Amino acid sequence: MLQAHGLACVRGDRRLFSGVDLAVAPGQWLQVEGANGAGKTSLLRILAGLSPAAEGHIEWEGRPVAEVRDDFHARLLYLGHAPAIKDDLSALENLQTAAAVGGRPLDEATALAALRRIGLKGREDLPSRVLSQGQKRRVALARLLCGQARLWILDEPFVALDVGAVDMLCGILDEHIGRGGMLIFTSHQAVQLQGNGARLELTR
Amino acid sequence: MNAFVAILRRDLLLAMRRKSEMLTALFFFMIVVSLFPLGIGPETALLRRIAPGVLWVAALLAAMLSLNRLFAADHQDGTLEQMALSPTPLTLLVGGKVLAHWLTAGLPLVLLAPVLGLQFDLSSRALGILMLSLLLGTPLLSLIGAIGAALTLGVRGGGVLLSLLVLPLYIPALIFGAGAVEADMAGLGAGGHLSLLGALLALAAFFAPWAATAALRITLE
Repeated sequence: MLQAHGLACVRGDRRLFSGVDLAVAPGQWLQVEGANGAGKTSLLRILAGLSPAAEGHIEWEGRPVAEVRDDFHARLLYLGHAPAIKDDLSALENLQTAAAVGGRPLDEATALAALRRIGLKGREDLPSRVLSQGQKRRVALARLLCGQARLWILDEPFVALDVGAVDMLCGILDEHIGRGGMLIFTSHQAVQLQGNGARLELTR
Repeated sequence: MNAFVAILRRDLLLAMRRKSEMLTALFFFMIVVSLFPLGIGPETALLRRIAPGVLWVAALLAAMLSLNRLFAADHQDGTLEQMALSPTPLTLLVGGKVLAHWLTAGLPLVLLAPVLGLQFDLSSRALGILMLSLLLGTPLLSLIGAIGAALTLGVRGGGVLLSLLVLPLYIPALIFGAGAVEADMAGLGAGGHLSLLGALLALAAFFAPWAATAALRITLE
């Protein structure tokens, strides 16, 4: 369970948001909404532990994140704006390296199965530089299929995906929530997920 | 430890796929070193005297050429965020990147140096000491360089700033590295200089990844 109380974010002398409270329990999702520049990405980065909050505190399983940082990061999967894909590596190599850095090395068979399911069959060994934007997103999203992370924090996961891929991703997210996973994401699209969810509107 | 190996493997693989970047630094080293005998003329006594300094300065500059790419690409494509969120300490992953940088940018210089040293009429004993001093010195360059690369990450005009920041820090390595060869040629023995170089390397191996990590965390905020 992830809980946050009174989060605030300051960029320069501008206060993006303040007093944000949120809680995500197993089997729940949370969609963060807000206009461009409202601080959605900043909020997700604060929750993931990439940047510190100006005010407020975050708890993971009832304990301050700062105390259980390693345990928290072992159970967290964060996908940011940049897909973290190396152009000179193949989809398979990208996925395997990303998984190993994330602390869960993947064998080739599992990685290949994930890439096939995400719709990259036949493109596993191509250098990523020849893949389209949407296909690169898919390589990044393949990580969702092969980890045991409990908490997913996804920044605009639907960007650059075609209609079929959006449906498939919704299915993957539903599955994760159905398994008792937690999900926090941002999206400008009206996404209908199953299960117990909430929306958080960021306002000044 | 898995993550350390994965980062090392990935960076070596990337270097192999983009050989041109690696070869540019190597050719730079070769050309800069070769310009001196051409410019000064075939005066062997003089060439022998300046050889250690010239080879070392050229190695410093060549090692620096590839430094601003050390973290820049990872920063740009989001890999650095993923590294910061890894359950493996970021310091260890930074260590993996530095090791990969040395293997691709430092070690080739060490192997090439004796060949280039022949142009300066160095004895085989002096060439051996030169290689040894570079073997101890180039990892030091990668380690110190990593701090500079992390500090200048995302700064406009970071490349020039990086050289201004890092080159002064390279001075001890230069003094003891070139000094080792000179001392040996003067019959004083290179042991003292090499020991000091080794001590600097041990110190940097311990503190540099940690300092670079602190700088990277600030950039990521």
